[in-house]
Amino acid sequence: MMNYFPDEVLEHVFDFVTSHRDRNAVSLVCKLWYRVERFSRQRVFIGNCYAISPERLIARFPGVKALTLKGKPHFADFNLVPQDWGGYVQPWIEALARSRIGLEELRLKRMVVSDESLDVLSRSFTNFKSLVLVSCEGFTTDGLAAIAANCWFLRELDLQENEIEEKKNDWLGCFPDSCTSLVSLNFACLKEVNLAALERLVARNPNLKSLKLNGAVTLEALQRILMRAPQLVDLGTGSFVLDRDPNDSETYKKLRATILQCRSIRNLSGFLKVTPRCLPAIYPICLNLTYLNLSYAAGIHGSELIKLIRLCGKLQRLWILDCIEDKGLEVVASTCKDLQELRVFPSDPFGAGHTAVTETGLVAISSGCPKLNSLLYLCQQMTNAALIAVAKNCPNFIRFRLCIRDPAKPDPVTMQPLDEGFGAIVQSSKRLRRLSLSGLLTDRVLLYIGKYAEQLEMLSIAFAGESDKGMLYVLNGCKKLRKLEIRDSPFGDMALLRDVGKYETMRSLWMSSCDVTLGGCKTLAKKMPRLNVEIINENDQIKFAHEDSQKVEKMYLYRTLVWPRDDAPEFVWTLEKLLFTPGVLLEDQWSSLTN
Amino acid sequence: MSPPLLSAEEEGGQSNVSLASSSPTMDCISQSGSGLKERNYLGLSDCSSVDSSAVSSLLEEKKNNLNLRATELRLGLPGSQSPEREPELCLLKSGKLDEKPLFPLLPSKEGICSSSQKNVVSGNKRGFSDTMDGFSEVKSSMYTEGNWMFQTASDSEAPESVGQGKFSGNSGMNVALSPRPSGAQPAIMKELPTKVLQQERPRGTNGTSHSPKTASNNNNSSAPAPKAQVVGWPPIRSFRKNSLATTSKNNDEVDGKPGPGALFVKVSMDGAPYLRKVDLRTYATYQELSTALEKMFSCFTLGQCGSQGAPGREMLSESKLRDLLHGSEYVLTYEDKDGDWMLVGDVPWEMFIDSCKRLKIMKGSDAIGLAPRAMEKSRNRN
Repeated sequence: MMNYFPDEVLEHVFDFVTSHRDRNAVSLVCKLWYRVERFSRQRVFIGNCYAISPERLIARFPGVKALTLKGKPHFADFNLVPQDWGGYVQPWIEALARSRIGLEELRLKRMVVSDESLDVLSRSFTNFKSLVLVSCEGFTTDGLAAIAANCWFLRELDLQENEIEEKKNDWLGCFPDSCTSLVSLNFACLKEVNLAALERLVARNPNLKSLKLNGAVTLEALQRILMRAPQLVDLGTGSFVLDRDPNDSETYKKLRATILQCRSIRNLSGFLKVTPRCLPAIYPICLNLTYLNLSYAAGIHGSELIKLIRLCGKLQRLWILDCIEDKGLEVVASTCKDLQELRVFPSDPFGAGHTAVTETGLVAISSGCPKLNSLLYLCQQMTNAALIAVAKNCPNFIRFRLCIRDPAKPDPVTMQPLDEGFGAIVQSSKRLRRLSLSGLLTDRVLLYIGKYAEQLEMLSIAFAGESDKGMLYVLNGCKKLRKLEIRDSPFGDMALLRDVGKYETMRSLWMSSCDVTLGGCKTLAKKMPRLNVEIINENDQIKFAHEDSQKVEKMYLYRTLVWPRDDAPEFVWTLEKLLFTPGVLLEDQWSSLTN
Repeated sequence: MSPPLLSAEEEGGQSNVSLASSSPTMDCISQSGSGLKERNYLGLSDCSSVDSSAVSSLLEEKKNNLNLRATELRLGLPGSQSPEREPELCLLKSGKLDEKPLFPLLPSKEGICSSSQKNVVSGNKRGFSDTMDGFSEVKSSMYTEGNWMFQTASDSEAPESVGQGKFSGNSGMNVALSPRPSGAQPAIMKELPTKVLQQERPRGTNGTSHSPKTASNNNNSSAPAPKAQVVGWPPIRSFRKNSLATTSKNNDEVDGKPGPGALFVKVSMDGAPYLRKVDLRTYATYQELSTALEKMFSCFTLGQCGSQGAPGREMLSESKLRDLLHGSEYVLTYEDKDGDWMLVGDVPWEMFIDSCKRLKIMKGSDAIGLAPRAMEKSRNRN
């Protein structure tokens, strides 16, 4: 029936199909749909930059305007992936620049970005509108200056938690006077900024809706900025510090008045440095807030924090430090009835003391906030009883990440593993997509996960399990699993090799400090040519490429159509390297490969 | 090439249950100058050939308050060498747990508690006692390694701020295990973890209970063991870790509870090529701070380190600090919250810590106006 419609009709229908997964599905229906879909696709998501090459992207989707790329594996966030592992955006930008792609938006996560890449990017795409960099590194404020100077229609520059080297240049001042199209600007991860240039920039960009400042922006500057931008919806304050009594301060009075004019603010963050006595100035905003991020606000705690929370009755997302304590979480539970997402971060990340939240706080939240669907909770301890209660109160979890401070810690009351608790969670939250485990766990919890977590897409296992069976429960049971990352767990070759075809249905598998051996990895790599099996051999742990019984400290494998990558550093070994590197070649391996 | 060996047995933390018991290693940590106090920062410890002084690291702070289990610090499988387990863990022998060797993190379940710990360690990792023996060799090689710090600084992939950021908080341990290999670096990388962690040993053995605990692995919970940091755990983005480490010392408000772990301030010295950082919370008096700074910067002075003060004088009042500095050309100053440069020593120690943002060792000639009496006296002496 659909064959009788002209392509334009199909295309128009496909315009309503926006999620990239749905579009991927659409393209599989028949050749006609594949063709129409591919020419009309504008937004492309590539979850692993090494799964495909830029040339193939351009060949298939010549109309791409918005590209998302992710580089390093997730555990790179926790220093488990060595520097120089890879994830360079340069080849992508170069290829896109050479082609006639009209790129407008680029979103990168965990990638290495250089100043040169940013420079090429800024010069190659006249309609470039949006740059979002999350957890990236490798560039300096010189690169930002290029973006500011050359992207005349820039709407969005969003820098989230990047490692940026700050040079003495004034990159913000490089935005030309003609730049009036900014909608979103986030430079909170930088330390310095030219305040005068910032104020002028804000003044000439009346469409600015999202502004996240850094610690160099003083209270006085904030007041002047807010005067110019009362239309803001999303505000990240910088340094919310006053060195004198607020009652004696003209600046503070002005700030209070200005804030009363900012009636649109729904998202609030920042407070990197704060004088709590100044917080009453933001009380009027709290009433309408739907997203509050105080996860960097180490200076707000105790009664000041509670006072603030009590005002936020409409909150849907809350990111907080654990100095809120269980008592504070009880206040959240009684105040924020619409809460959907909660993240509790440690205020003392280096472990010099207690994490101040426990299972009590979580149970309180669950009973007060039944709409909770996304949780990240770093705590001192957890009990099975608490998790069972949470599972009963909140059956809607999509993301559930629990991190108990001590690895492999049991239920402190019963001294049992936390299998039953997590089991209850996966059983009750049928739509669970992401799960991170911690605490003392046996194979049983993995059995539960394999059995109940039907929608699970991403699973993080640490210090858990007892045997290969555990890993197999997961691989066999979770049909929708895309990303599996395991550390410090006793899974070895038997589990790894049981169902090698599974890995082609997944994006990636990470295993570190487990029991897989070099031989196991080699076998896997030989059997599955469309997987890239990387052995990250830092510190020369593996000396001899033919000693198959050696344990592999870090293994990262992913499906790919462009194996192997040519930018792998010395310490990343792929099967090809193992077999064809002079000196490690063994006769029998060569012949088995070439026969 | 020696296999990487990392077992950082740290002891002195606290049990999960009670916070009240004080750590036995408190004594050795707060000694000034007597024990070998090595810092855990990459490279910072080998800028001088003098034993580094009581500049503490976050790790020392952690050791006082730690609540983590005594997991070993390893590149690979977390070790089973840690002697201290909470007694409850030894009770964890449920049926399902002993069918298969448990992951070595919890040797108590296997009943390995009292046996030699070596059999649980996987092949290429040495046990604690081995590393103890190896310490003296490593130490001698430590100082010939070249200036580690500068090598990382020249790594083009790693901007200085990143290096500092990643290293400063986590006491170098994580960094040692996630090195940035390039070309010549791997060899040095290997030495480094041992160097960094080996340096913990002597301090430990100076403590009252370190060695006996290691050997016997008793269930003595009254002297709880500190836990070594496990790489990448708890799983927090390094950006966040570094941010919180910096902002915690910038916050002006002090709540009623004991303050956060560390209070690092920069210390600069006129004429020195780089700055240092010290954790003010590890000192209790001006005397300690002064001694520590002298040791830290002794390689830069022209042999005129400040006088140590009269021997036998245990308690020095703050006003006598100035007297200490009379013999040298240098004056210790600090920048307070208002941004003014003040002479160190005028106010009580607690108040000083509260308001000090950074320290500066000024040449006497620059310190005119700050310490007129000091200058007069030194002129008189000279």
